[in-house]
Formats: sequence, structure tokens, C-alpha cells
Amino acid sequence: MIPLLLPFTEQKIRALKVGDEVEISGIVFTGRDVVHKYLHEGGRLPPEVNLREGIIYHCGPVVVKDANGEWKVTAAGPTTSIREEPYQWQIIRDFGIRGVIGKGGMGNKTLEACQQHGCVYFHGVGGAAQVLAECVKKVRNVYFLKEFGSPEAIWELEVERFPVVVTMDSHGRSLHNEVFAHSQSELAKHI
Amino acid sequence: MTALQDSLNEIIRRTSAEIPGDVHEAILKSLENEKKGTIAESALKIIERNIELAKQKSQPICQDTGSIIFYVDCPVGFDQLAFEDAARSAVREATKKGYLRQNSVDSLTGGNDGTNVGPGSPVVHFHQHRSSEISVRLVLKGGGCENVGAQYSLPNEKLKANRDLDGCRKVILDAVLQAQGKGCGPGILGVCIGGDRSTGYEFSKQQFLRTLNDNNPKEELAKLEHDVLNTANELGIGPMGFGGKTTLLGVKICAANRLPASFFVSVSYMCWAYRRQGATLKATGEIQNWLY
Repeated sequence: MIPLLLPFTEQKIRALKVGDEVEISGIVFTGRDVVHKYLHEGGRLPPEVNLREGIIYHCGPVVVKDANGEWKVTAAGPTTSIREEPYQWQIIRDFGIRGVIGKGGMGNKTLEACQQHGCVYFHGVGGAAQVLAECVKKVRNVYFLKEFGSPEAIWELEVERFPVVVTMDSHGRSLHNEVFAHSQSELAKHI
Repeated sequence: MTALQDSLNEIIRRTSAEIPGDVHEAILKSLENEKKGTIAESALKIIERNIELAKQKSQPICQDTGSIIFYVDCPVGFDQLAFEDAARSAVREATKKGYLRQNSVDSLTGGNDGTNVGPGSPVVHFHQHRSSEISVRLVLKGGGCENVGAQYSLPNEKLKANRDLDGCRKVILDAVLQAQGKGCGPGILGVCIGGDRSTGYEFSKQQFLRTLNDNNPKEELAKLEHDVLNTANELGIGPMGFGGKTTLLGVKICAANRLPASFFVSVSYMCWAYRRQGATLKATGEIQNWLY
């Protein structure tokens, strides 16, 4: 298990390879369908949201207010990332993000952007909302809550030892492409 | 709050937080079978820990608490309108308590009023029967797995699938190949051969009410279920598409009549976070027995 701590520098990200199991500690920003489309269309981020050398998490958490009025994440697994494929490359390029957490993997445009700009795709275990919520230690802030609704808002989360697997690295390798090619040729034998 | 609302609340809570026994057993078996020290094994370990944690904390197994689909078997004369009212109230309440995410979006405006109640949410399917028993089953089906569902129209030249069971097999296995990674595996397939476009999908989803260890009474379908399950598990897709031994936990197939001109094969995919529960209710609305 490789610990990944702040700051998420290009050097640390470039050292990661497909298949590495990583535990992320630091700050991540959630962002999913609405946020990606919004940024792609030229929408502006609030000044407090700095994605440079940051990590974006494809996630729409369940968040409730506790008795003290503090936000608490009660379920927070990744959502399917491929829906952001039309936008992700541009957001990697323009905002300088170093990591994308999601599930299911992404396509070749994202893979190329990872290679070019120094970014990796971290695969979380889809559906593991409780294990991953336990790794969220604090909700630091929320943006666009009213405009986008809770699942689509940008939640700024402090995470500790958040478990992921590198499935697309910054050297052009994608586990998803490899497993797809392998399973396709296996299936051909059974048809 | 009425007894019926209370019962529906409890059914929602339990569906969201507790995986059914048959599914849990299948996941444990796949964990045992997976090659040690692989990322596939790590993923299954996290899945197993998640199942335990969700139950213990009474919190959603998955943050995507999904489409809310009730299946109600009821006697003649049962007040369906009152049931729908109670179901909407229970959904509102369960959403406030965090058993359901604020998960229902106005498709025209993009607005989310945070209640999970609106056109098409929740869905209630009623089925009358001659017995006096009232049973309520609930499936919460997440969006990731819903998105990888597929409907094929046979013949399909690209897949060399003709209008026969072998053609059905080919397109079902293609759906498994295409779904990889995206719909949180290991998954479960519900399939309907035949029907029209809407009933095909509807019946394919109803297959998720069956338990994983049941047997299809139709011999040719039972054979096809086993064949697709075994073949899919030889493709090396594995948990979460990481590569590995368990791609599917189960395959359930039904058949419906079709028009001579149409031959649809509708495939619904359920993720490992298979949320299905149900209970029989007393006439007064209280829970009598759990069904799974």
C-alpha cells in the first residue's frame, strides 16, 4: 500500500503505476456530471476552490447535518466516470489537477491528458459507500449546493487513508484497455 | 404516522442498509475463490467490509440509493391509492433520515427538491391475487448499473446473433463484455427474452426478485442461465473490472411472448450492492414476515 499525502506533486503522481494500491490522505473535491459540464462550458469556480495539484472525486455523497449543525458524510462511494470522458481531458489541462478518483475507468482522451499533464486515474471500489465514508474525516465546505443539488454539488472533503487502485497512469497504461482486450479475445473463444 | 408508513419506512431502511442473505453468501464465496494478493481480492475485501459496516451502522450500502421500485402483491379490493400515498410519505421520511440520498432530479429543469418524490418516483407495481396476503418487495437500483442495461433486437448481424437461444446467449454475453467495470461487479443479470421494448425491460428487472440460489423451472432457460454464468466467469473481467475470477454472481432469465416481427432480448444489470428486500404485511399494515 502506497501512502499519498499532500502536496500532490507531479513527481509523486508520475511515480505511480497501473496496479498500485494507494491510500490518499488530504483534500479532495467532489465533482460529477453537472460540475464537469459547467466547467466545460466555461463556468467559473468560486475562488476558494483551487483544483491546481488537486484531486477531483467523481462522487455524489449522502451528506446530513448532525446535531451541532455540522455536515457529515454518511455514504460516499465513487460514481461511474466514463460520463465525464467528453470533459475530463480539458479539466485536467486547464485546472492542473493531478488525480481523478472514480470507478469504471475512462477513455483514451483522458488517458492522453494524464500522460501529457501528469495526472492519474484512481479507481475506488464502487458501492463501498460506508468504508469510504469512514475515510472522510471532515467536510470543509460545500459549493453550488443550492444551484446543483446535494449529489452534484462540490464538496470539499478531508480524507484519510482513502483506498484506491491506480488503473490509468501517467505513462499511457490503462488497466481497463488491457482487461477489455483480454476479455474480448476470451469471449471470442466461447462464441 | 400510520402502521403502513412505519412498515414501509423499515422496509426502505433495511433494503438500503442490509444486503440479502443469498447475495451475501455469493459474495463471500467469490472472495474465497479469488486469487490471493490481487487487486480483485482487495476489492472484494473492501466490499465485504462495507456490507458489514452498512448493516452495523444502519446506513446505505451504496450512496446511490437508486430508483425506488415497489412490487406489491395484494388481494382484490386493496386500496392502491392509499398505499401509494403511504409509499410517498415513507420515501420522504427515509430521505430525511439519510437512508435514501436526495436522488430524484427534474429532467427538464435539473432541479432537485430533495424529497425523492416526483413523476416516476417512487414506482409502484401492483399485482392482485386471490389470496388475502399482502406482500411488499422493494428494489433500489443504482444508476451505474442501470446505465449498462441493454436491449438487443435480433437478428444482430454484428454479433452474428440469430433468432434462437444461441443468438440470445451471444447478445447477453456481449452485454457482460460492454458492462465491464462500469456497473460495479461482480454483477447479476436479469434478462427477458421477448416482450415489447417496455415489458422486456420490466420483466428483466422483475428477475431481481428471485433469489440467486433458486432454479428456473424452464429447463432450457435454467441451462442458459448456467451457461452464461460460467462463460462470463471465464472472461477474466473480475470484480470492478480489475481482472479476476468472478465477473457475475448470478444470471436470471425469463421469456415473454413476442410479435412475429420483433425479437428483443432485454438485459438489466444489478451491481453487487444488490438491494432487495420484502415483507408480508398484516391487514393493519404491520410487518408480519420478512421475505428474504
